[in-house]
Amino acid sequence: MSHSAEALHHDDGSAVKEIWKVTAILSVLTIIELILGFWMMGIESESFRLAIKGSIVILMIAKAFYIVGYFMHLKHELKNLIMTIVVPLALFIWFITAFLYEGNSYKNLRNRYDPYKKAQTEIKVHKNEQVKESKPTAE
Amino acid sequence: MSTVTATAAPTKLWGGGKSPFDVEYGKLMMWYFLMSDAFTFGAFLISYGTIRFSSNGWPNPNEVFRSFPFAPEGVHAPLVFVSIMTFILIISSVTMVLAVLAGKQMDKKAVVRNLILTIIGGIAFLSCQAWEWNHLHSEGAWWGANPFLNADGTQSSTNFTNYFFTITGFHGFHVFSGVVINIIMLIMTLMDKFEKRGHYLMIEKAGLYWHFVDLVWVFVFTCFYLI
Repeated sequence: MSHSAEALHHDDGSAVKEIWKVTAILSVLTIIELILGFWMMGIESESFRLAIKGSIVILMIAKAFYIVGYFMHLKHELKNLIMTIVVPLALFIWFITAFLYEGNSYKNLRNRYDPYKKAQTEIKVHKNEQVKESKPTAE
Repeated sequence: MSTVTATAAPTKLWGGGKSPFDVEYGKLMMWYFLMSDAFTFGAFLISYGTIRFSSNGWPNPNEVFRSFPFAPEGVHAPLVFVSIMTFILIISSVTMVLAVLAGKQMDKKAVVRNLILTIIGGIAFLSCQAWEWNHLHSEGAWWGANPFLNADGTQSSTNFTNYFFTITGFHGFHVFSGVVINIIMLIMTLMDKFEKRGHYLMIEKAGLYWHFVDLVWVFVFTCFYLI
């Protein structure tokens, strides 16, 4: 493993270069995300939309990696420090999986065993009526 | 010091007499604080995701967030305003990392310049958010009030606005405290506090906090506006 002492003393010119490189990467990733977002607006297919959303999430994680790794300098720290920060965050993998699965499961169970509620959520309403209804305490 | 050369071998890191993480105490604690803060934000966002997954319908963000300051009525510009906010935060993160670098080089002038730019970026972001909140409020959206319909035209619940205002509000509060911390850092720099100490480590810790704020926005932006 490389030592942080060496990494910290790499010359200043290359440090500035690295900052601008990471800035460019972050900007490009953001622009790709936005292009995907705009593209998604015109798409009806639910599974295709889900695929685009998945790609956006992957780009989001890539951006997080560049911010934490380079801007917050974690990539140049000692392995000990990297591990003490990153390993606890791995709990998020299960945290996210379990809760999203739970939410989806709850929806399916409710739709199956509470047909009244399901019918209620399928009634189309008009926008204007809705605005009045939803703010009874309006100014 | 002879101990410095002794720690060159990784196996000696835990030998005592020196931080095994090779960082200053305050910086390590800032990392641990940010980790705990990440779990707080994570809990908020995962709760939002759980509720969204358990709902039959959800408002379309492109229908909700489509306004732009000074644009005439009827002009719909989804994603445009929020992408400007995102770039403001990225750029202010870049100026912060330049300030940290200047601090390492003991270049006071560059630290001051980049800190001022970072503070301006933070204030610009907060102003954008204030405008957006104000606009949504004028449309009837607030905690407990949701004027927007679900994407499929069905009745929506107030979950959407509750989560939106809570999470962007919590993030905005972090941006606000980050701006306050940066202003304190600027004053301390101008008073030559760090010159007297001989190092700009405080700027690094403030920088970590500021980058974390940017990091959280990456997730908030994706979860609320894009998908």
